[in-house]
Amino acid sequence: MKPDTLLYPAPKGLYCASGDFYIDPVQPVDRALITHGHSDHARAGHGHVLATRETLDIMRLRYGDGFCGAGEIAQFGETIAINGVRVRFHPAGHVLGSAQIAVEAGGTRIVVSGDYKRRPDPTCPPFEPVGCDVFITEATFGLPVFHHPDDEREIGRLLMSLKQFPERAHVVGAYALGKAQRLIALLRRQGYDEPIHIHGALARLCDYYQSEGIDLGEIRPATLGPGSRQDFAGSIVLGPPAAFAERWARRFAEPLAVFASGWMLIRQRAKQRGVELPLVISDHCDWAELTATIREVAPAEVWVTHGREEALVRWCALQGIPARPLHLVGYDDEGE
Amino acid sequence: MKAFAELLDRLVLTPQRNAKIRLLVDYFRSTPDPSRGYALAAIAGTLTLNAVKPALIRDLLLERMDEVLFHYSYDYVGDLAETVSLAWEPSPGVAAADLSLGEVVERLQQAGRSDVRSLMRDMLDRLDTSGRFALLKLVTGGLRIGVSARLAKQALAEMGGKDIVEIETLWHGLAPPYLPLFLWLTGQAEMPVLTTPAVFHSVMLATPVGEGDLEGLDPADFAAEWKWDGIRVQLANVGGVRRLYSRSGDEISAAFPEIIEAADIDGVIDGELLVGGTMRSNRATATFADLQQRLNRKTVNRRLLEDYPAFIRGYDILFSGERDIRSEPFHVRRAALSTLIEAASPQHFDLSPLVPFSTWEELDRLRADPPDPVIEGVMLKRLDSPYLAGRAKGPWFKWKRAPFNVDAVLMYAQRGHGKRSSYYSDFTFGVWAESDGGTALVPVGKAYFGFTDAELEILDRFVRDNTVERFGPVRAVRAEPDAGFVVEVAFEGINRSTRHKSGVAMRFPRIARLRPDKLPRDADRLETLQAMIEAKA
Repeated sequence: MKPDTLLYPAPKGLYCASGDFYIDPVQPVDRALITHGHSDHARAGHGHVLATRETLDIMRLRYGDGFCGAGEIAQFGETIAINGVRVRFHPAGHVLGSAQIAVEAGGTRIVVSGDYKRRPDPTCPPFEPVGCDVFITEATFGLPVFHHPDDEREIGRLLMSLKQFPERAHVVGAYALGKAQRLIALLRRQGYDEPIHIHGALARLCDYYQSEGIDLGEIRPATLGPGSRQDFAGSIVLGPPAAFAERWARRFAEPLAVFASGWMLIRQRAKQRGVELPLVISDHCDWAELTATIREVAPAEVWVTHGREEALVRWCALQGIPARPLHLVGYDDEGE
Repeated sequence: MKAFAELLDRLVLTPQRNAKIRLLVDYFRSTPDPSRGYALAAIAGTLTLNAVKPALIRDLLLERMDEVLFHYSYDYVGDLAETVSLAWEPSPGVAAADLSLGEVVERLQQAGRSDVRSLMRDMLDRLDTSGRFALLKLVTGGLRIGVSARLAKQALAEMGGKDIVEIETLWHGLAPPYLPLFLWLTGQAEMPVLTTPAVFHSVMLATPVGEGDLEGLDPADFAAEWKWDGIRVQLANVGGVRRLYSRSGDEISAAFPEIIEAADIDGVIDGELLVGGTMRSNRATATFADLQQRLNRKTVNRRLLEDYPAFIRGYDILFSGERDIRSEPFHVRRAALSTLIEAASPQHFDLSPLVPFSTWEELDRLRADPPDPVIEGVMLKRLDSPYLAGRAKGPWFKWKRAPFNVDAVLMYAQRGHGKRSSYYSDFTFGVWAESDGGTALVPVGKAYFGFTDAELEILDRFVRDNTVERFGPVRAVRAEPDAGFVVEVAFEGINRSTRHKSGVAMRFPRIARLRPDKLPRDADRLETLQAMIEAKA
């Protein structure tokens, strides 16, 4: 079967006609396969959802019990037949529960990698390269300028700043699912054992990670008790990035604005947001990792989606690998 | 280079002055010589390196990168040094090694013109991303980290537990990498002894007249002078060495060659740098807007020298010849200054005249209605005051002319930084103007201070509840004749401007009062501001 008859972009998302299912659809559909729990990939209102157990749990936490008609658990490595199309989930290393989905029919295999990263993450199993005819890759950081530094070094910069400015609350913006928990786990791994305070929007997901056996140490809500004048001086306070522009942030002593994101590599981005300490910590691949993954997976063809497609397509062309952009709409990694 | 690169990255994103000082102090304490001295020089603008052209840097990257990918990258990042530092892939087999800033500077200073290319390539290979960025900013001469030389000196003072006055006095006698300075600051040596005579001495500053400050003071103990709207300078001619300094101690001799040439004085004087004619030449003094044509220039051409001739209006004298007379009383110093100026070039020097007065009420009237538009108030100096560095309260007061005021309408708001990052605290305001047959608001200025914390709460709430449009971080707020927010804006002066759509530019605008009692339709019109410019001219 020709790859672009097996899987192609339709208005509601990436569609497999022979199997009659969508992958990460952006509008409600009868049957959806979901790569991971970020809200631009996992939306509520589908009839039937096939995803990893963790992704289903995360969708339930975010959208409530009625997030879909029926949920079905996909085990890593297990082949499931849907209307004669064979699908299989493999770890993607992006966030807890994240998966690549291999779709196979008529002797053609396409791997939809969803969002993925290659460096070690204490909160989820590592990306597994899967041989295929077509590899669909994201390109969030698909420009040669993106070289993410070591996580350890970035965490070190935060710990250093806490020593330099012990009278200031270090308010850290981090995406609620994945980034926040990974950041906490990385801090713990580097020996930071003070309580970490979190915004209410992070609570359920942090609890869920802990219940899955991921040790985040002592987590406290960043709320004020009655009559309390606590100002969180010298502590780390984690919240969704938007929260720090809100009135909620006024309780903190001399807040020092920190933001953990791959975008923080670009100085102008940090400046625009008023970030004082940008931490380059990403749940996506940088340029070197994207190109190394394409070499390692060695597909016959590469399709590139959401991000800076044109640069990655150009790189593939220079390497003699057939590649084209796959124009999908509705995915947004600005909050990464 | 890692520590220096990290320092630059932090400084550029840190808005608070005290936090910047702490970052600088920590860096100076933990970094060995000569790197810290070169860092100081880079920040204070005293480091001279052979400039490397941006085109060379671009070429070096294109040796190892596809041009199409380079363009995608550069378009996205928008800054050449940053693009190159991020996209650089080190040559295979080159071991990464952190070169110190000292090694980098010394290698650059020793390199011949023809070696620069290979030296840059080698250093870019060895440094990490941030190190490459710092190197590229150093050699292209554009650190732009929002730290003045003055702030760096303040950090040195804190590091060594010294008074900034001592550092300013030493500054122009020292050169990078400032080894004797750091030995003294770390307590390992005595204060360096200078060999250059014409050094900068910290200037004496006045405090503003506050409520009740003049009660109980006898007008007979004070001399009054006009407060001229130019820039405060110090001119030294000691042992034939001539130097012109700004009040913060930056040397500006090269930008005012006519002053240096005419400085046949012997000693150190304090005065106001102005353009136009001196009183002695009987020609009018020009405005601050004219003076601005001459400011922030490294050199000057003949045209500017003719159109905007500079002169010094003398205020005080610190040294007469080599004799330090700062401890003499004001009236004695003034007599010495008068004699000195009498003998100097009439086109380039005059004496700031005294303003006779007998009561505070009389002086208040004079202050409110000065005889020359280049006057921004009066100065009060105790007749018996010695010349003291810094801003002590008591000997000298400044009593400014009342500010201008207009009622304007809030148009746009942006969030502040640091403590104010959750507040909309930077405001653009406008007044009514005729446009295309109708009346519309035209922005006339921006202000981010003047209000109290309680007023900020009110302004912030208004912005959040009345946002009509968003442009990135900027919010447009409701501003219609019958719905919106009026503020009273105070400002020190107003000039014509071709850079602003409204054609006017305010000096030091701030929000003086909230006017919730007024509707936007009651706010001022552009003609009112234009009339203020006319009245001044």
